[in-house]
Amino acid sequence: MGKTKLSGAKALVRTLESQGVEIIFGYPGGATLPIYDELANSSIRHVLARHEQGAAHMADGYARATGKTGVCMATSGPGATNLVTGLANAYMDSSPMVAITGQVPRPMIGNDAFQEVDITGITIPITKHNYLLQEAAEVPHAAQEAFYLASTGRKGPVLLDIPRDVQTEIFAPHQAKYPSLEGYRPTVEGHPGQIKRAVSLLKTAEKPLIIAGGGVSLAAARDLLVQLADTTDIPVVHTLMGKASFPNSHPLCFGLVGYHGRVESNYAISNADVILALGTRFGDRSTGPISTFAKQARIIHIDIDPAEISKNVPSYLPIVGDAAQILQQLVALVSAARHGDWVAELRRLAEQHPLRGKNSGVGIPNILRILREMVEDPIIVTDVGRHQIFTAHYFPIDSGRSFITSGGLGTMGFGVPAAVGAKAGQPDRVVIDIAGDGSFMMTCQEVASAVTEEIPVVILVMNDYCLGMIKQLQDSFYGKRYESCRFGRNVDFARLAESMGAAGFRISEEAEIAPTLEKALAADRTAVVDCVLEDPANVYPMVTGSSLQEYVE
Amino acid sequence: MRHTISVLCDDTPGVMTRVSGLFSRRGFNIESLSVGHTELPGKSRFTIVTTGDDTVLEQVRKQLQKLVHVIKAWDIKQAEAVEREHALLKIEVEDKRRAELLQIITAVQARIVDSSGSIWILEVTGDAGSVDNAFNLFMDYRILESIRTGKIALERGPSRVMKK
Repeated sequence: MGKTKLSGAKALVRTLESQGVEIIFGYPGGATLPIYDELANSSIRHVLARHEQGAAHMADGYARATGKTGVCMATSGPGATNLVTGLANAYMDSSPMVAITGQVPRPMIGNDAFQEVDITGITIPITKHNYLLQEAAEVPHAAQEAFYLASTGRKGPVLLDIPRDVQTEIFAPHQAKYPSLEGYRPTVEGHPGQIKRAVSLLKTAEKPLIIAGGGVSLAAARDLLVQLADTTDIPVVHTLMGKASFPNSHPLCFGLVGYHGRVESNYAISNADVILALGTRFGDRSTGPISTFAKQARIIHIDIDPAEISKNVPSYLPIVGDAAQILQQLVALVSAARHGDWVAELRRLAEQHPLRGKNSGVGIPNILRILREMVEDPIIVTDVGRHQIFTAHYFPIDSGRSFITSGGLGTMGFGVPAAVGAKAGQPDRVVIDIAGDGSFMMTCQEVASAVTEEIPVVILVMNDYCLGMIKQLQDSFYGKRYESCRFGRNVDFARLAESMGAAGFRISEEAEIAPTLEKALAADRTAVVDCVLEDPANVYPMVTGSSLQEYVE
Repeated sequence: MRHTISVLCDDTPGVMTRVSGLFSRRGFNIESLSVGHTELPGKSRFTIVTTGDDTVLEQVRKQLQKLVHVIKAWDIKQAEAVEREHALLKIEVEDKRRAELLQIITAVQARIVDSSGSIWILEVTGDAGSVDNAFNLFMDYRILESIRTGKIALERGPSRVMKK
């Protein structure tokens, strides 16, 4: 930052540039115009969303696809509150994100001014940290700090709320303020003693198991995990967030665990004697009923966040630190082992309990099967619902950062904007959003953003004209009383897409699946495929009892 | 079980909301909370009394420690600390019971900090038990208003949380 005086807005944009920000997803308003005015002279690209929630999910999708910190921006008041779902979503899934909001001028704060809302107050529970800037001289350091906090330790969203008169206030660079972060010291390296204990515990185990969570991807530790599993011959299961943390086609990968987990992986959890849990917070969707979870196992819990240790599941041996660092430490110490009987037992079970989705007809499993054969190494994004679990089961992912889903918050409407963000960050990859008709309608306006910004994504709307997961729950637990889960059949998603400038397609017969998907993938612009499901099936396995061992498949 | 947690943090706007909000949103209980400046410039220190088993206490402490403005959050063991509460009581004094009241005031080491006619304001300081005790004794008189601070606590011995 030079010697000349500069405004808060200019200082912000310069700091963003110096942090390596290439793209901001946002929506302007009265309280952010000084920043937009500065962006016009910047190398940073601004992607104009159609709703601030879309901008937030785009930044989140960008972060998940690239590993870089995603940035979104909204104006004060309603602009800021529209970010809330996106922030909560990023917070629950530990996605690194910086959100910038405009605020009313300082003298008006607290007076219920036009478009004023206490966004720092609102977002305390759903951000890693937030700032209400009091003067322009704080801007450079606070913005730097926001990026540092978002991208280190347990990653997460950080919000900068900047009053409009702070954006226009002029200050001299030497006045810039540098408070310190005394209280923020994330542990990176694993305690050597604990590492040694973990190694000997794994050595004595007869039925060891690795649970891979989203933290493995966040730490870019995927290859190290493969190395550990290969050396020690330990089977691996994954959470929904951990789907891209281990190659799904690896012979030691036994698939999704938890409430909708595979029979063999849930069996593995219930019968393992030592579990190495890596970067997972034992969320309730992954554990199923907690009182019966992994009762035979001594659990080694590796997590960057000390507060996750023994929060949900008591851990026998905790190791706090960065998953990549700890895996490196482990890989250096473990010796080669074989667990032939245990692995064979799980394989036998896997053979006895194949996924039962049909390989014919216009159904989600069949569409995903055909799609897989057509496209090599795509980034798959999902929305939330039945199609999400189907995708987790029926679309193997073998590359890192290639499965993007709303795991913790379960945000319907995440898919379309997250796919746009992912594609913006990985323009050379094919990005496909698997959506449901309910989820798609929540943020379908972002198709217009994808078209105007020339960020082409492919969206498959698994259309059963109903809220599939709700219907499934009503099937199982509410005596098939289908209250408020059915939509009318009035929306034509292909025409809706075309009206926004995208390519629109419809599949209603099996013979149309392959040719239509081919056209959509070759469209070279954003394409929406309305897949009218002829036989909307429920998604199984599903845990129905008081342990992972009681399920319907 | 009752625990006392000490929290040293940056004295910044909103830090109180961050600390107290964490308790309510994670379902932790606050029995009392007091906060004030310390010998360290720009730092505040909370003393929070909470209830729960050891697992809950450990979660509270770790979640507090995660707040960016929190420098240290730790459990204060009762046996190793000096604890104090402060109370003010406004009492209406009948002439015929004045002598008896003065005796109690002496016995509980309270002080009369204001008197306007028959209305006195008494000040009581001590650990939670002795303040409770004083309140019990003053119950017999006409208490017009009373107020208690939360507990504050310091560990005995040379330990210090942070050097200047």
